[in-house]
Amino acid sequence: MAAVLESLLREEVSVAAVVRWIARSTQGSKDNPGEAAALSSLRPLRKEFVPFLLNFLREQSSRVLPQGPPTPAKASGASAALPGRPGGPPRGSRGARSQLFPPTEALSTAAESPVARRGGRRRVPGPARERGGRSLEEGVSVESLPGAGSRRLRGSGSPSRPSLTLSDPPNLSNLEEFPPVGSVPPGPTGRTKPSRRINPTPVSEERSLSKPKTCFTSPPISCVPSSQPSALDTRPWGLGLPPGCRSLQEEREMLRKERSKQLQQSPTPTCPTPELGSPLLNWTGGLTDELADPARVSSRQRLELVALVYSSCIAENLVPNLFLELFFVFQLLTARRMVTAKDNDFELSPGALDSLESPLFQSIHDCVFFAVQVLECHFQVLSNLDKGTLKLLAENERLLCFSPALQGRLRAAYEGSVAKVSLVMPPSAQAVSFQPETDNRANFSSDRAFHTFKKQRDVFYEVLREWEDHHEEAGWDFEKGLGSRIRAMMGQLSAACSHSHFVRLFQKQLLQMCQSPGGAGGTVLGEAPDVLSMLGADKLGRLWRLQERLVTPQSSGGPCPPPTFPGCQGFFRDFILSASSFQFNQHLMDSLSLKIRELNGLTLPQHEPSDEDGESDVDWQGERRQFAVVLLSLRLLAKFLGFVAFLPYRGPEPPPTGELQDSILALRSQVPPVLDVRTLLQRGLQARRAVLTVPWLVEFLSFADHVVPLLDYYQGIFTLLLRLHRSLVLSQENERKMCFLNKLLLLAVLGWLFQIPTVPEDLFFLEEGPSDAFEMDIVAPEHGLDSMPVVDQQLLYTCCPYIGELRKLLALWVSGSSGRSGGFVRKITPTTTTTSSLGAQPPQTSQGLQAQLAQAFFHNQPPSLRRTVEFVAERIGSNCVKHIKATLVADLVRQVESLLQEQLVTQGEEGGDPAQLLEILYSRLCPHGAQALALGREFCQRKSPGAVRALLPEETPAAVLSSAENIAVGLATEKACAWLSANITALIRREVKAAVSRTLRAQGPEPAARGERRGCSRACEHHAPLPSHLISEIKDVLSLAVGPRDSDEGVSPEHLEQLVCQLGQTLQCRQVRGGICHLRAAFLCPCVRPDNQSHAGSGPILAAVIMVMPMVSIFPPQFLCPPAEQHLAKCSVELASFLVADQIPILGPPAQHRLERGQARRLLHMLLSLWKEHFQGPVPLQLLLSPRNVGLLADTRPREWDLLLFLLRELVEKGLMGRMEIEACLGSLHQAQWPRDFAEELATLSNLLLAEPHLPEPQLRACELVQSNRGTVLAQS
Amino acid sequence: MILTKAQYDEIAQCLVSVPPTRQSLRKLKQRFPSQSQATLLSIFSQEYQKHIKRTHAKHHTSEAIESYYQRYLNGVAKNGAAPVLLDLANEVDYAPSLMARLILERFLQEHEETPPSKSVINSMLRDPSQIPDGVLANQVYQCIVNDCCYGPLVDCIKHAIGHEHEVMLRDMLLEKNLSFLDEDQLRAKGYDKTPDFILQVPVAVEGHIIHWIESKASFGDECSHHAYLHDQFWSYWNRFGPGLVIYWYGFIQELDCNRERGILLKACFPTNIVTLCHSVA
Repeated sequence: MAAVLESLLREEVSVAAVVRWIARSTQGSKDNPGEAAALSSLRPLRKEFVPFLLNFLREQSSRVLPQGPPTPAKASGASAALPGRPGGPPRGSRGARSQLFPPTEALSTAAESPVARRGGRRRVPGPARERGGRSLEEGVSVESLPGAGSRRLRGSGSPSRPSLTLSDPPNLSNLEEFPPVGSVPPGPTGRTKPSRRINPTPVSEERSLSKPKTCFTSPPISCVPSSQPSALDTRPWGLGLPPGCRSLQEEREMLRKERSKQLQQSPTPTCPTPELGSPLLNWTGGLTDELADPARVSSRQRLELVALVYSSCIAENLVPNLFLELFFVFQLLTARRMVTAKDNDFELSPGALDSLESPLFQSIHDCVFFAVQVLECHFQVLSNLDKGTLKLLAENERLLCFSPALQGRLRAAYEGSVAKVSLVMPPSAQAVSFQPETDNRANFSSDRAFHTFKKQRDVFYEVLREWEDHHEEAGWDFEKGLGSRIRAMMGQLSAACSHSHFVRLFQKQLLQMCQSPGGAGGTVLGEAPDVLSMLGADKLGRLWRLQERLVTPQSSGGPCPPPTFPGCQGFFRDFILSASSFQFNQHLMDSLSLKIRELNGLTLPQHEPSDEDGESDVDWQGERRQFAVVLLSLRLLAKFLGFVAFLPYRGPEPPPTGELQDSILALRSQVPPVLDVRTLLQRGLQARRAVLTVPWLVEFLSFADHVVPLLDYYQGIFTLLLRLHRSLVLSQENERKMCFLNKLLLLAVLGWLFQIPTVPEDLFFLEEGPSDAFEMDIVAPEHGLDSMPVVDQQLLYTCCPYIGELRKLLALWVSGSSGRSGGFVRKITPTTTTTSSLGAQPPQTSQGLQAQLAQAFFHNQPPSLRRTVEFVAERIGSNCVKHIKATLVADLVRQVESLLQEQLVTQGEEGGDPAQLLEILYSRLCPHGAQALALGREFCQRKSPGAVRALLPEETPAAVLSSAENIAVGLATEKACAWLSANITALIRREVKAAVSRTLRAQGPEPAARGERRGCSRACEHHAPLPSHLISEIKDVLSLAVGPRDSDEGVSPEHLEQLVCQLGQTLQCRQVRGGICHLRAAFLCPCVRPDNQSHAGSGPILAAVIMVMPMVSIFPPQFLCPPAEQHLAKCSVELASFLVADQIPILGPPAQHRLERGQARRLLHMLLSLWKEHFQGPVPLQLLLSPRNVGLLADTRPREWDLLLFLLRELVEKGLMGRMEIEACLGSLHQAQWPRDFAEELATLSNLLLAEPHLPEPQLRACELVQSNRGTVLAQS
Repeated sequence: MILTKAQYDEIAQCLVSVPPTRQSLRKLKQRFPSQSQATLLSIFSQEYQKHIKRTHAKHHTSEAIESYYQRYLNGVAKNGAAPVLLDLANEVDYAPSLMARLILERFLQEHEETPPSKSVINSMLRDPSQIPDGVLANQVYQCIVNDCCYGPLVDCIKHAIGHEHEVMLRDMLLEKNLSFLDEDQLRAKGYDKTPDFILQVPVAVEGHIIHWIESKASFGDECSHHAYLHDQFWSYWNRFGPGLVIYWYGFIQELDCNRERGILLKACFPTNIVTLCHSVA
């Protein structure tokens, strides 16, 4: 490989030729024969060139970046398979020089053994690391490739390894190895993340000819170098085979064992939790930055050439990850100090500056020069970064120093940029609202399922709230805290339909909480400790940590973080894991797939070229926002779909190899994919909608297990993606191609995907260049989504927060040695948080001529017109159905109710067989359903035009307007009538059934009473006491009467009168509209009311009050509810009984203690009047003659029957009780056990009463007939 | 009416082992003249119910029932007019109405051939005239009218109070021109959990968004509030978002701690309601 570089440096070949040589499989005709010849001899190495170059640059920079910023590390296999905690993505190890491809602490779990770590980082001598191949640690961390190391060994060069890398400086920035003085060493929670080097394809002929698939098999580890081109061997910095090959192998084994042991120890998804506030002081501060000086660049020409090749590779998308390379370049730009070269390493190459025998970067000046050279080639990408990054870049003094021109362009770009990426506070959790259309009883198979779901919804939110409260607490564990509750809840979901209901809730809540990165704000928030609570602490240690935090930038895990579930997403991930329910997962996958299909197929606004005047700008804002919402939703859904779909295949154990793998492959290839993503991708590419489809597909694939890339189905997908990646050359801008930011987004997400450990990197470098076929077979529509400016920086950074790492690097440079400037807040925000703007699917139109005409009509109109018409049609159609329900169906239901009343009256209580009854009703009513269509048509006709007119611009031509109106009417009618004709009968049946059961259930005294509820008079001021208060008061009187009571307890006659009077008022005042304050005072503070002071007036006034009884309209809400009225009636009868028996203790002169006869009779009179006039429910008057109440009389001495007789007569008189009824009651009294004399008196009373003639005026005199020695002569009033 | 936890505990302390009678209430009123009677009664009632829930089981052992029944029989044999049952209930620290039910059940078991159904018992308690034994009828009646925490009359009063407050709240909403759906309307639409009122357009009270209002004609103590949170308020939040609970008889101040989370407590109808303003544009 180096031969190519050498040729370049010797100017034997041109850069362009080299790049063409790399990028194309066939030699371009433009190459001059000499070049072609030079390169063709190296042909077998072609594919290896880029990985070689990348690793070469890393190696060369090794001495420059020993104190570099946090390592941009890649995910390990483990952290991808078992994603991180919500607290935030794990940080990369802070490797020193080889930032991009560092040997890492392979193990990220708690029990990382010192052996493993040492083995991984310190004790292994350089070779493994410096070789272009995958490093030793990788072989371990990326379990899928156990043979990776051997492959590289075979490809490695001569054993004569350079001494240069032996001088690896101690890794000062590795906090585990060199914890800052006075700080707590990083906790055992592994926070490292293995990363990997770019893996060159094996060099041997046989390897390169082998199928890509064989890359994943593991050839036996061998130390024997295979046949290699000599060019490699002879280079002093060629890929030397380490002498300690054997030991290397052993160490790899050791590491692997260690690793699987740890994984077994943590079966739950433990992931590296980030160490908060890891001090970076020791590398940001304390160092004096070396000044970079353009004049001291050592080998300009060489650097320029390499920079040019490197830039070209980047520009041609020959590198897997654009942003990773930019990150590297930024690191070079901001490198602080060169490690002093040891011994005389460099003296080997005096005067050999034009070859590769001397180090490329001999000083900071070289690095900066190189970086600026590369950046100059990528100005376009830089200028499209967010404004903050641009500012930092433009203000970079090194850049200014080395390239004032570039700085000038950047400054101009910064000034013109509007790409502010801002931070919005994440919204607090909001529940998914209850939707009667989907959530009510009718959607459930049984009452039980309905109620189970009701409970589940509550448990779900309870769990969510608890998670919100606790998940950031140290030591809180999701599974321990909530696991059993979740499983208990899932256990109740027996019916399949309940599962789908729950999944719908789950998915909606997921979208609501996590769709925006604000919701996923845990990346920022989760990582940050509560600063305020820390300030309150008095411990020095805490303050120290706080201080550290201020100089520690927030990290999202480097430029290539592993897939994680930040913020709220962690809840849903853990929920799925804890629930561990097969049914739930299946329903969830179904639902996610459906939603993904739906959103992916959404007709997103089509940008029409005619619409170029600025007025569409407002529309575009909305359209971009809509695109962003759809895209972010899709990504979230796809991420969870990928997570659940591949969950069963991911595990801690290393991926299978050999025969086992073959059998697994054979098996897995039979399993249909959960969602046909390949077809969706193909269609997306064809329809030029890659910008929508690819980002979510990447999310989905990022959770794939190690076997997935080996399956034919998914290989096809990866091939497509690779070709797409290669085709997205940013510099190529032609009319129908993709917008720049769209491309950038795709490059960013694809680059990220290619770094995921489960995706074999060989794949990237093995793939041939973009075949022309790929370009050709796209029969693209004129204006696909790809060619519209749907992506802006906000969306780019939202989807790829790791791009923000670039800014951090620059900011760290600024904060630099002083260390005073704080870590900055990541300003990445959601564009929107609502899902409501997801457009509705346009209604399906029929295939008729009219439909074709309508399509034609829209063709030459602005798309907003079509959207408006479709929207109006959709809404009016829907409203029409509701209108029919509210009018026609409601009328029918009312008819049913009256029919039913008739039926009940004629057939009596039983009413016949309900089912039969229903059928009769159906047969009478369903024919009326035919009216629905006519009514529906009329409704759409009436409503649609106005709506269209209101929504379209006023200057719309009249003809267009009327056509639009007509189409809207037609579509709305079609929609409404289609629904109505299919469903009206069923709807009527359902409503009628509900009405019938309602009526039957409500049968009894209540509805009858309700029919003639009386309101109160217009004059009424509604000051009547509340029923509860009255019942309470009467109860007190009754309890006094029954006793036991203290000697000083009693009731004043006035109070009794007032009570009865208030009862009258309450019964009359059945509704309250005004006087609320008064009432409230009266009600809420009954104790302070002057209860015992009668001011309600005496008899005559009272009578007058009671007599005022005009009927007024019925006001439904009434204080007096039926049960209260029933109890009031009963209590009033009890009260009357105590009055008759003279049992109410009266306050007053000690001798009296009894109520005057006149007073008693007046009270009885009032009560009779209330019973007669004001009670609307039945009054249990027969209680007056119950043995218990009549028995009260037996205890009085002397017995007085006059009041009872008076009462009974009045009852008959007022028609409250019939004589026969009284006779029956009296008759039954005889059955009780009475004292003999009492029984006789009773008999006499009975006879007396029954013997009376029916006179208009009661003959009170008749009572005197009662024997005077036994009874009491009725006192004349 | 909003009490601190300390104030509440002071009142609750006075209620330990106090029989639920008229007299007790009177004494309580004298002891805490500054508190409203309704609040006191509500606290009393809730504390007493907690007490009964704790001790309920011990009165329901067959030995206890047998011994109560014998004591009742002996008592009425001596003097049927004396408050035998009421005294017995007070003596053993049990609610008179519940004691009446216990004895009535035992009595019916002895005198009827089939064990009495719950509905028969309930009906007899509602109307003691139906009790076949006159003496027992009087005794039961006496227990019921003297019990201020349990019994059909008390149940009716509680129910009526709840209903009246809902009506009051509705009137206040109407007066404020706030459109709402009430429980019946919600139920008709098939809602599985129904607060008293859902506002069709949300309002803000003291800076908090309110979607629904629940009326509670009782005092909000810890026990009942937590039960309500679990069974009702959070369920409403889960479906309709943040809302307002009005404890008309007050509540313990410390319980109003979920405002940020979306459950606001008040002891009266809020005075400063902010409604959505439609900008005229």
